[in-house]
Amino acid sequence: MSRVTLLALQVLVAIVCIALWQVLSTVPVFGKIVLPPFFFSNPVDVFSQIVKWFATGVIWKHLAITLWESILAFVIGSVGGVLVGFWFARQPLVAAVFDPYVKMANALPRVVLAPIFALWLGLGIWSKVALGVTLVFFIVFFNVYQGVKEVSRTVLDNGRMLGMSERQLMQHVYWPSALSWMFSSLHTSVGFAVVGAVVGEYLGSAAGLGYLIQQAEGVFDVAGVFAGMFVLSAFVILIDFGVTLAERRLLVWRPTASDGRG
Amino acid sequence: MSTPTAVALEDAEVAFRLGDGRVYTAVEKAHLAVAQGEFVAIVGPTGCGKSTLLNVAAGLLKPAAGSVKIFDRPLAGLNRDAGYLFQADALFPWKTALDNVAIGLEIRGTPRAEALPRAQKWLTSVGLGAFANRYPHMLSGGQRKRVALAQVLIRDPKILLMDEPFGPLDAQTRQVMGNLLLDLWNADRKAVLFVTHDLEEAIALADRVVIMSAGPSSRIIGDWRVTLPRPRDIFEVRLDKEFHALHREIWSLLKDEVMKGYAQSTQAAEAV
Repeated sequence: MSRVTLLALQVLVAIVCIALWQVLSTVPVFGKIVLPPFFFSNPVDVFSQIVKWFATGVIWKHLAITLWESILAFVIGSVGGVLVGFWFARQPLVAAVFDPYVKMANALPRVVLAPIFALWLGLGIWSKVALGVTLVFFIVFFNVYQGVKEVSRTVLDNGRMLGMSERQLMQHVYWPSALSWMFSSLHTSVGFAVVGAVVGEYLGSAAGLGYLIQQAEGVFDVAGVFAGMFVLSAFVILIDFGVTLAERRLLVWRPTASDGRG
Repeated sequence: MSTPTAVALEDAEVAFRLGDGRVYTAVEKAHLAVAQGEFVAIVGPTGCGKSTLLNVAAGLLKPAAGSVKIFDRPLAGLNRDAGYLFQADALFPWKTALDNVAIGLEIRGTPRAEALPRAQKWLTSVGLGAFANRYPHMLSGGQRKRVALAQVLIRDPKILLMDEPFGPLDAQTRQVMGNLLLDLWNADRKAVLFVTHDLEEAIALADRVVIMSAGPSSRIIGDWRVTLPRPRDIFEVRLDKEFHALHREIWSLLKDEVMKGYAQSTQAAEAV
């Protein structure tokens, strides 16, 4: 199938869905409106709400806050995950001692941490960053841990036979291997950084996309809720696109990098 | 003998402790000397411990008994005089072909600006001058072996250890690689210890062919000198009368070991 046909079909799905939504929420079927506007709003209202946000410029502040929180959560979580993952993989004893605690911490639904973080760090961005970090950290940590442990024996032996010292093995073998595993989970970890930020905002904040949605919900402004969701989706898709570009640059050496994701 | 001995295994024994506490003796009292400039091939049935023996010479494995001497000095730790060509892919997948070759020099502290042109030269001499910027996964199996060969040779090791290096390649590529190896080796005649299960390859390449018995506790059971004239062409040397005579003679010994090794491996499979 050509790109154009594919794109046309993809757009068609959106059009059909939106048209159905518009029709069912405005035109009565057998004297009854299937999607009552109070609960479902309608595409025209949602769209005009989005336009209003962008026209007045209110949305930019919220987008910037959410973006900034996501970036901080991603960076801090990744750095922590890489360092600890590396440390655990190179020190099996440490890994064995901490194993049950790591599993316990990872099993905990992160949402329950939000009130604690809000208490500790206030309602500003840092409580949201902390929530994102707890999500990103574990993904990166597990990947790096695995990556360092599963370095090919032959490649390691080859490094040794070529005369690499422990430090050089670190630099030329362990490090690139661990990073490649981290990059392969980039989509997931970036996604989770955004989730952490938005959920944190939703549970208590003064700005951000999550805050916007929560505010709209508080006054039964369904159009506002949907508008917030659409802006959020577009935001995530844009970020994901950026990640795909970064991944293509960083993983050129990997056979799956170019043909893995569509 | 006037030429110094590059590698000397004296009564080297290799044993592994199995999971259940028993000790598995892979190689028993191996006695093997490789002179400087000599090309020695070790041939044996699958699982006879020939790669194990090579790893002992490389210092990757410690012998349970006996000694390993490299240029008359006992080997401690890794063998720094040796370059090792692995059977499996051992290139760094995140480095380009050029960087993979240059790394051997960079490790030693050669500045990158100096290492890169020399690496390019080596890539050219293994016939991959135009592939410098490819990553290993973009190269064929044969090309990857060429890069690996350049990676090892750029360090100019005094000894070359090769563990079925052309094993994963198809028959034609193996012969091409064999000729390439001989050409490169002819330039400065390093001591070579070449492990293979392919007797023809061994005779075509080597000065001496050493035969190992089927494992466990395998031993060296034969040692033939190959007097075919050099330089050799692998394609043509196989048509030589002397080649055939030698092949027949060695094969009569090797055949029994191959059958034994095969029987043992099928029994082991049934026992599992």
